[in-house]
Amino acid sequence: MLPFSSADPAGKRVIPGTPVFDGTAASLGYALNAMCYSFNSKANRDAFVADEEGYMARFHLTAAQTDAVRQRNVLAMLAAGGNVYYLAKLAGILGLNVQDLGALQTGKTLEDFKAGLMAHATTETSGTVERSIAA
Amino acid sequence: MSEVIGGLFTSHVPAIGNAIARGLQDDPYWKPFFDGFHPVHEFLARERPDVAVVFYNDHGLNFFLDKMPTFAIGAAPEYWHEDEGWGIAFDRPVPGHPELSWHIIEEVVASEFDPVTCQSMAIDHAVAVPFELAWPGAEAFPVKLVPIAINTVQHPLPSPRRCFDLGRAVGRALASWHGAEKIVVFGTGGLSHQLEGGRAGHINSDYDRFCLRNLARDPEALLQHDSLDIVELAGSQGVEILNWIAARGALTGSVRELASNYHVPISNTAAATVLLENSATVHA
Repeated sequence: MLPFSSADPAGKRVIPGTPVFDGTAASLGYALNAMCYSFNSKANRDAFVADEEGYMARFHLTAAQTDAVRQRNVLAMLAAGGNVYYLAKLAGILGLNVQDLGALQTGKTLEDFKAGLMAHATTETSGTVERSIAA
Repeated sequence: MSEVIGGLFTSHVPAIGNAIARGLQDDPYWKPFFDGFHPVHEFLARERPDVAVVFYNDHGLNFFLDKMPTFAIGAAPEYWHEDEGWGIAFDRPVPGHPELSWHIIEEVVASEFDPVTCQSMAIDHAVAVPFELAWPGAEAFPVKLVPIAINTVQHPLPSPRRCFDLGRAVGRALASWHGAEKIVVFGTGGLSHQLEGGRAGHINSDYDRFCLRNLARDPEALLQHDSLDIVELAGSQGVEILNWIAARGALTGSVRELASNYHVPISNTAAATVLLENSATVHA
């Protein structure tokens, strides 16, 4: 185990700020992820937009999942077993890209979240290193 | 006799597909990433491979969590990309190579692997974006595809060692294939990135550079970490490096790096493109 992580009382590895989508999460999140999987189809995305409550009921979302979706609360969706690859399909319907999601989850403004990414900005090609500075 | 000519390793961020669909290759944000493909295009134009064996992970297009294979090998006559939830579907069909797929399946099962086999398979951005990057334009793809999906979504994930050994088994299968095809191997995804949780936006250039430094000459250095170590180091999606590790395992000859481009950020990702040459003979 690397020094950044620790173990929970059950001995499971905990990596701060990093949900590990394991069997426990996959079981808990099944309904929410199944709904998001359905959003691969535009007809289903449209049906969700037309009637969010009815659509969530069709997939038997838990109360916690339903509340999290109603509130657009990404961290609560993750806590309710949502997997980000599936949640990304819901985010698309809501007009959010992964940087919007990042800002929402970290409590930053979108500008600050992007600035955090730009702090790592670099282009290194075949051994040459060109540092680019965020504007 | 068939020949494995090399490996293409590249990020597969969906936003890259969006940039392609919108024609943004020369946009200042995108150009440094797309420029990394010039040597790839030269290599592919020169070598003209017939087959691409692609190690990737599905993100909820072909596989849902109801049935989630650790390893899955496509054996379909044709593959297709579909809308994954954001309205982009690249419409060029990707021809398959079922005979080679089944040969690979025979070899890896003989090597004690137990893959799911798929005679019908949609490919998501993790194959479609690298294909669009490698062969841009509207012409039919000049290669046949053998897709090999690795679970990087639902833990427990296969270990880096297991993925490398799968690649080795695929490499043996390619070496024993009776056909005369030229084969290129792809590993897609990565490098460091994390989309979810309080650590969303995590990038670890030190780990990325460690991978880039060792990929060609000492890939077993990447096996010192287990999959959760890689999640910690590279972020929960950075663990897609497993696809690179498997693809590198399939290059069993003398390997040297022809080109490397590391560009941060693309969307939330530290993006990279690496071209490796694989040859039976040692270079002077």
